Parts: sequence; structure tokens; C-alpha cells
Amino acid sequence: MELRKIWNALRVCVAAGLTATLPAPAFAAEPLKVAFVYLGPVSDGGWTQQHDVARKKLEAALGSAIKTTYVENVPETADSERVFRQLAADGNKLIFATSFGYMEPLQKVAKLFPDVKFEHVNGFKTAANISVYEPRFEEGFYLIGVIAGQMTKTNTLGFIGSFPIPSVMRNIDSMTLGAQSVNPKIKMKPIWVNTWYDPGKERQAADTLIAQGADAVAQNTDSPASIQAAQEKGTYAFSIDADMSSFGKKAQLTGTTEDWSGYYIAETKKVLDGTWNGNRHTRWGLKEGLVVMAPLNSDIPPEAVKVFEDKKAKLISGELNPFAGPIKDNGGKEMVAAGSIMPAATFNSLNWYVEGIEGSVPK
Amino acid sequence: MIAIVPMVASTVVAATPLIYAALGETVVERSGVLNLGIEGMMLIGAVAGFAAARATGSDGVGFAAAAAAGVALSLIFGFLTLNLQTNQVATGLALTLFGVGLSAFVGHNLAGLPVERLAPITIPGLTAIPVVGDLLFHYDVMVYLSVALFVGVQWFLTKSRIGLTLRAIGESPAVAHAIGKPVLATRYLAVIFGGATAGIAGAYLSLVQTPMWVEGMSAGKGWIALALVVFGTWKPTRVVVGAYLFGGVTQFQLFAQGFALPIPTEFLSMLPYAATIIVLVIICRDPRTILLNQPASLGHSFHPTA
Repeated sequence: MELRKIWNALRVCVAAGLTATLPAPAFAAEPLKVAFVYLGPVSDGGWTQQHDVARKKLEAALGSAIKTTYVENVPETADSERVFRQLAADGNKLIFATSFGYMEPLQKVAKLFPDVKFEHVNGFKTAANISVYEPRFEEGFYLIGVIAGQMTKTNTLGFIGSFPIPSVMRNIDSMTLGAQSVNPKIKMKPIWVNTWYDPGKERQAADTLIAQGADAVAQNTDSPASIQAAQEKGTYAFSIDADMSSFGKKAQLTGTTEDWSGYYIAETKKVLDGTWNGNRHTRWGLKEGLVVMAPLNSDIPPEAVKVFEDKKAKLISGELNPFAGPIKDNGGKEMVAAGSIMPAATFNSLNWYVEGIEGSVPK
Repeated sequence: MIAIVPMVASTVVAATPLIYAALGETVVERSGVLNLGIEGMMLIGAVAGFAAARATGSDGVGFAAAAAAGVALSLIFGFLTLNLQTNQVATGLALTLFGVGLSAFVGHNLAGLPVERLAPITIPGLTAIPVVGDLLFHYDVMVYLSVALFVGVQWFLTKSRIGLTLRAIGESPAVAHAIGKPVLATRYLAVIFGGATAGIAGAYLSLVQTPMWVEGMSAGKGWIALALVVFGTWKPTRVVVGAYLFGGVTQFQLFAQGFALPIPTEFLSMLPYAATIIVLVIICRDPRTILLNQPASLGHSFHPTA
């Protein structure tokens, strides 16, 4: 008797499970399922956390019309392909892939699920159901340079680079250009640590740069180690992705953060009313509110703040472009002619230092 | 010349956690036990030390908690491999995986919080000496304790009676058992010692090197400590030299970049590992050096009743 009861209960469960996974006809009342795939943990205090904050804002904004899920700690390997396939099979109709390295797995999965819409950050391969989106980080780093150039006493800046890839080269170049726009004597020292995340190594790199005279050091790596180094040595540093001022109140002058919520809400609405398209490249910056500057340090003198605000307003209005010519590389060769602007399409192959950066680009 | 001072200082800070972890593992391996769980024990030590130091405001309590946490994890390893005779390699790997996951879970709410860095000590009269004072007398107390630990381990392994017993057990537990030496108890103590030093090494990362807690912050240093033990052919002096060499080359490549030397950064990043391999090759040019020094029973289970 007892067995029969259990058997019946099981049958009901299995039947329910089957109907849930079958492609049910879309009812208007059924919420749109939106999924997010994260590289790190949602508590990473940086890149992934910013995406998850935006996911929560998306839920708050669109309420019962949507249902979001996320998968964290997804490595940029074949594992991610399995995660994407699973999410698509689970009925998610819009999937945000929030790391560059998901590019190839995404291409494969997108072909298998033509009715699922994919959005990929910082990539450059699109498809009928893949669009890519990217922050105009160069604007944030240009403004970091504007502050660094005014605050440095040694006229030497430092940059802790992760990998010398085009999207990072763009940041060191635009920071140097920003600093030179307010202080022509600026020299920039880069150190490449060849990792996104290794607090010990980032710390050593920061100590090294400070010992070699760089008194304002920015970073393209993920931990707050360089902020701590600057706080101890009495020099300056800049945060990335999240506000890191709790690790060095005096040291952190400003930094770049991202607010992805505007983009996520806009794209989800497009899917809801059927106007979403693939094959798009979207670049948002200060103007759209995707790139946001961390609060300015109160030690920055008002004149310097005024220059910063002025440049920021011009970046937003489009009057100022970080990559407006004339720009020379650090071998003296003219890369962008006076009066022209480097096209965004060439960002994906940017592999040269602007004048003022020491050394040669690691090849 | 002036550039040398910060370079040496950074080298010492980079090498100190490796010294703690590698010296502990040296003792463990000399007793014939191979514990591959250093990375996991370091991470548990890092998170425990950070949490305790934050809660109490005392770095001493932090390091004590880190050592205790490392010991707790090593006891699991000891019970599994010594009592239940599980495979040491597999158990050690599992311990690392467990430590990585557990530390991330426990430290979930500690990410992004600051803690006061353990300050360097000042020795009256000595710290003030130009250059020499900065080179030798301007470190935190854990650096000096690592030197003391080295002297202690060296004395213990080569001069003390119980150290001799430990080495005998590492060579042949069956013979040591036959003449009445407590094999399991000695191995347990060695494993516990290794756990404590690995925990302290982890806390050195989260309280001194980069005073914060972040998931996976040891970034492979536990594995480097393991390699150093082989590199040092199970001799404390060589292990410590190896740790400083490794720290120094890591530091040198950053300085070389800062001076804009025309060397590819990928090549420089490779240097510490390349240096390790080259030195290993030199050490091994006479194959007997490794074979003679490696504890004969390393990695083999032993049970008194078997």
C-alpha cells in the first residue's frame, strides 16, 4: 500500500517535471526568464558584483514581467558551454554572458538555440542572436589621468596592467593622454603582472612602481592591493570596478566603476516588446551612465576638481574624445592625425603605447 | 644602490610565507608523510587569521587562530592517512580542494573589509642605521620568527634525538617500529606542525602581505612551497635559500619592467619558474643527491599491526 502511494507521488512529480521542461506555448502572463553568467563570485567586490547589483535593479524595475537567475564562478573554459546550454534548455530566453572569454562557447551554443537571445560583454563576435556590449572605459581612464596628472609631484605615473591586450592598452593610453592634457611633463611607467587577480603580485608591482618614483598608480587588475600600498607609502591610487576607498581613504583619489542596470533594463524591455536584434555592437560610457566615476577624494584641490568636472562634461557632450588626434606612439610615429579621431573599430587591434609611456609593448 | 633596498624588502615579504609553509612541509615529509594540502591549509589559515584579527584587533590572536585552523585541517588529513591508511596523494589533493571551498564559504562576508597591517618593528639604534637598518632591521616580527623557525627546524632535524627518530621513521617506519619507536604518534606530530606553519603562512598573506581577505588569495603559493621542499632536497637551509631566491626573482622581474628593460614581460614572468627548474637540474646532475635525500618511505602508508 505504502509503496503504491510513493509510486503515485513520484509519477505526479515526474509528470510535473516533464511539462515544466517541455517548450510550453508562451502565455502573456508567463514571466520572461533572464539568466546571467558570472566569471567570479557575486561577492568579489568588483567586476562580478557590479553585474549582480545591476541584475537586482533589473528585477526591481521590471517586477513580475521577468524572472532572473544567475550562475557564478563559471570559468572561461568548455565548462561555460555546458552552463549556457543548460540555461537555454531551462527556458531562459535572454542570457547575459559577463566575461570576454565566453566568446567561443557562446558562438556554439547560440547556433543550437536560435530562439534564445544572447548578450556578450566586451566581445567582438556577433550572430543573429548574439549582440555585444561594452563600456567606454577609455573615458573613465582619461578622467583618472586628468586627476593623476594634476596631483602627481614627481610627474611620474604608474599603471599595473593585467595582460597587454587591446582593451587594456586602451586604458593605459587614454589615462596617459588624460594626464598629458593637464600636465605635458607626464611620464608613465607600466608593469604587466600577467594575471587578472593575484593580490601578492599586485602589491609587489605597486611597491615597485612607488619605489621607482611613480606617486599616482592606477590598475587594471582586480584586487585592492595597490590602494593599500599607496595608503602606507603616502602616495595615490585609483580603484577599479568597485569603490575601494575602505582600503585607503587618503590614497584613493577616484576610480572607475560600472552601472550596468540601464543597459540590462533597456535590452530586457526590447526582448519583452519584440524589438531585440542580434548583430549589434553597443558602446556605452559616461553619457549613458554605464561608466561611473568613484567619489573624488576630498584632498583634491578645488581647481583640480573644476578641471575634472569640465573635462567630464565635455566627454559627456561629445565635445572631447580621448583619442582625438594628433596622437603619436612612443616611438614618435604619428598614429592619429590632427583633426581626426581614432575609430572605435580599431580599438580591437590597439597594440601601441602613446608618447610618454616608457618601454615597449610586450609582444 | 638605493633601488636595492625596496627590492630586498619586497623579496623578504614575498619569501616569508613560503618559508613557513615549506619548512613545515619539510618536517612532514622527513617523517615519510606527503601532505599536498598546503594550499588548502594556507587559505583556511588566511581566513581564520583575518577573521580573528578583525574581531579582536590583535595580530597575535590572528596568527594563533590561523595556526589552530591549519592544525584542525591537518588533523583531518592525519586521521585519514595515518589511521585509515588512505592514499596520501589523493587525500592531500582533497584537502586542498576542501580548504579552497571552505575558506571561500567561511569568508563570504569578510571580502572587501580592511584590517590593520602588522607594523614593522623598530629596534632602537639599529633601525636608524642608514641602508643597513632598512635592509635588516625594518621588518615585521613574523619575518624574524621565520628565521628563528629555520634555526629551530634545522637544529631539530640534525641535532635532537627526537629529530633523529623522525628521520628514521621517514626512512623505514617498519624498522623504527620494530625497535619500539612510536611511528604514528611521531607522524601525527609532524603533520600537526606542518598544519600550524601552513596556517601561519596563510595568515601572513591576509595580515601582512596584503591585509585583506579575498577568495583564493594564496594564488598557488602552497604548491610553490611544496616544490621548494624538493628543490631544497629536504634540507632546511636549501629550502630557505630557495624561498629567498624565488621571492627575489619574482621581485626582480617587476623591477626590470619598471626600469623599462627591453625584455618581454612574459619572459620575465617565467623567470622564477625557469630559475627553479634550472637549479633543480643542477642539483640533479648527480641523480644520487635527490634519491639519497628523499625520505625512503615518503608517501607510503604504515600501520603498526600490518
